[in-house]
Amino acid sequence: MKRQALTSALLRPQFAALAAVLFINWLLFPGFFTVTWQDGRFFGSLLDVLNRGAPVAILAIGVTAVIATKGVDLSVGAVMAISGAVAAVMVSTGTPAAIAIPVALLAGLICGFWNGVLVTYLDIQPIIATLVLMVAGRGLAQLITEGSIVTFSDPVLSYIGTGALFGLPMPVVIAFVLMIVTTIAVRRTALGLLIEAVGVNRSAARFAGISSRLLLLLVYSFAGFCAAIAGLVVAGDIRGADANNAGLWLELDAILAVVLGGTSLLGGRFSIPMSVVGALIIQAMNTGILISGFSPQFNLVVKSAVIILILVLQSPQAGQWLSRRFTPLTPPPKRSAK
Amino acid sequence: MSIIKKLALVAGIGALMSSTASAEGLAGKVIGFSQIGSESGWRAAETSVTRAEAERLGVDLKFADAQQKQENQIKALRGFIAQGVDAILIAPVVSTGWEEVLTEAKEAEIPVVLLDRGIDAPEDLYLTSVASDQVKEGRVAGEWLVGEVGDRDCKVVELQGTVGSSPAINRKQGFEEGIAAASNISIIRSQTGDFTRSKGKEVMEGFLKAEGGGAEICAVYAHNDDMAVGAIQAIKDAGLKPGSDILVVSIDAVPDIFAAMAAGEANATVELTPNMAGPAFEALDAFLNAGTMPEKFIITESKLYTPADDPQGEYDRRKGLGY
Repeated sequence: MKRQALTSALLRPQFAALAAVLFINWLLFPGFFTVTWQDGRFFGSLLDVLNRGAPVAILAIGVTAVIATKGVDLSVGAVMAISGAVAAVMVSTGTPAAIAIPVALLAGLICGFWNGVLVTYLDIQPIIATLVLMVAGRGLAQLITEGSIVTFSDPVLSYIGTGALFGLPMPVVIAFVLMIVTTIAVRRTALGLLIEAVGVNRSAARFAGISSRLLLLLVYSFAGFCAAIAGLVVAGDIRGADANNAGLWLELDAILAVVLGGTSLLGGRFSIPMSVVGALIIQAMNTGILISGFSPQFNLVVKSAVIILILVLQSPQAGQWLSRRFTPLTPPPKRSAK
Repeated sequence: MSIIKKLALVAGIGALMSSTASAEGLAGKVIGFSQIGSESGWRAAETSVTRAEAERLGVDLKFADAQQKQENQIKALRGFIAQGVDAILIAPVVSTGWEEVLTEAKEAEIPVVLLDRGIDAPEDLYLTSVASDQVKEGRVAGEWLVGEVGDRDCKVVELQGTVGSSPAINRKQGFEEGIAAASNISIIRSQTGDFTRSKGKEVMEGFLKAEGGGAEICAVYAHNDDMAVGAIQAIKDAGLKPGSDILVVSIDAVPDIFAAMAAGEANATVELTPNMAGPAFEALDAFLNAGTMPEKFIITESKLYTPADDPQGEYDRRKGLGY
């Protein structure tokens, strides 16, 4: 049974899309899959995809939970800027990173909690509630940094963005661990089921005895927490907090990653690992464009064309059409459970 | 501070007492300044330099922050006109829609000076405009590289600004003009880093991978210093030495590039001076006191800084300006 589940999971269109994008990258640049060992870590374009995709993947993990409750969080990019600004300002004024990092994470958690309060207790539509913080949050971050880029040389904070563990870039390790922990938390407990129940029908879930308010507060806080982690990663990467640009428009990339991962914006069924795959598809495309040598005027056109193609291939209609057409060619895998 | 204020006061009183004479400069004059807002470190520096210049000259500067909105700027200008200021400085947030309010200023006989951005309006509506020449900035960077590499073959990678923005277009054009005569220099890759550090780093990582680990790359030209700072980190991560293995040249002259230069990791930067107010005050001084019409377009100097120009001293001098 398990092997069958794994096989069918790997046959999902998201993996096909990721493989296709990576294949195109390889065609454009033959050295794409070359990975070397340098300065105690793996080094290569494939690692760049993982490393640069990590912030969006981390955001997407949090946003997936929110979208599964039929909500959306537009503020995660601004929350990234806030957490980066808090941590950078604190370490650059002499506070040890051991205090600055938890405080920055707490700031993200509070931002998420604020969103949750607006959505649950004031019943504001999530897109509007989080839009408030998307706009105001960046201003808040600019206020913290006083409009300038706050640079630091703190080794711990830099390590989060540029360090390596087991030869892998630290952001990749963080994203991977977060994905595993979150997946276990939602799938090995009833939490995932409760989130889906609230997403499908909040009132029905409440009547069924689910404390939907508490659950919503939890998922929005979690999204803020994830955004704070991503903010630390990005700040650590450039050893500075750039309140004007950190996380700018990344909330849209995160939502796109979730959608590419197959989670419906209408709530309900969701998959954390598939959202991470979605983030990797986006980054594989970005990295491919960078190494392809196309003129930058084509960046957005190429990106949108590929995304439209992937979304069309994922749509149920296209799936039915393709399976009707190619049924004789691709028989469904029939492997026995034993 | 207090000495300067006293001096300003003395100068101001002096100006009041001899209102017929014309050699007192701008002391005691009331000048309104409508700033765009705090969109970048450079703009914050422009604001603080303008304030410092005003204080040095004894000008009573009325500062209005428009928070990136034209309507706020128009409101501020009407406020200045109603107060009857002696002159107005404005960094226009957009290029259109200024005719009406500028006509009001003209009717009130208040000269208006545009800072660092131009507008689409008849030239007689403002006294002059002070701005940098972005094409020249690129050209100075290109000419520096030509002189630096001599006869060696040099493959350059370029980190462009935001696609379609005027600094990106002009700084690219200027650099290409600067290296046009040198056939040994060629731009092999050019991508946008959106004027930010993290994108500059990401794009440079891609370039390094795509060009055989960076061994082929002789120089990186970034349209602003922030992208250069990101690229420097990417070069270091790839195990190369920025500043010697790969030359780094960029534009803006923000404090952090001088820190990199002091560490031997950057080679040259072209200054986009935050002191647009200095030339503006000079023009106003000549106009208000002697009736001299200034040139319509005052171009600021695009000064080249290299490690020979005391980068540590420049860093210390600039970091307090609010970049």
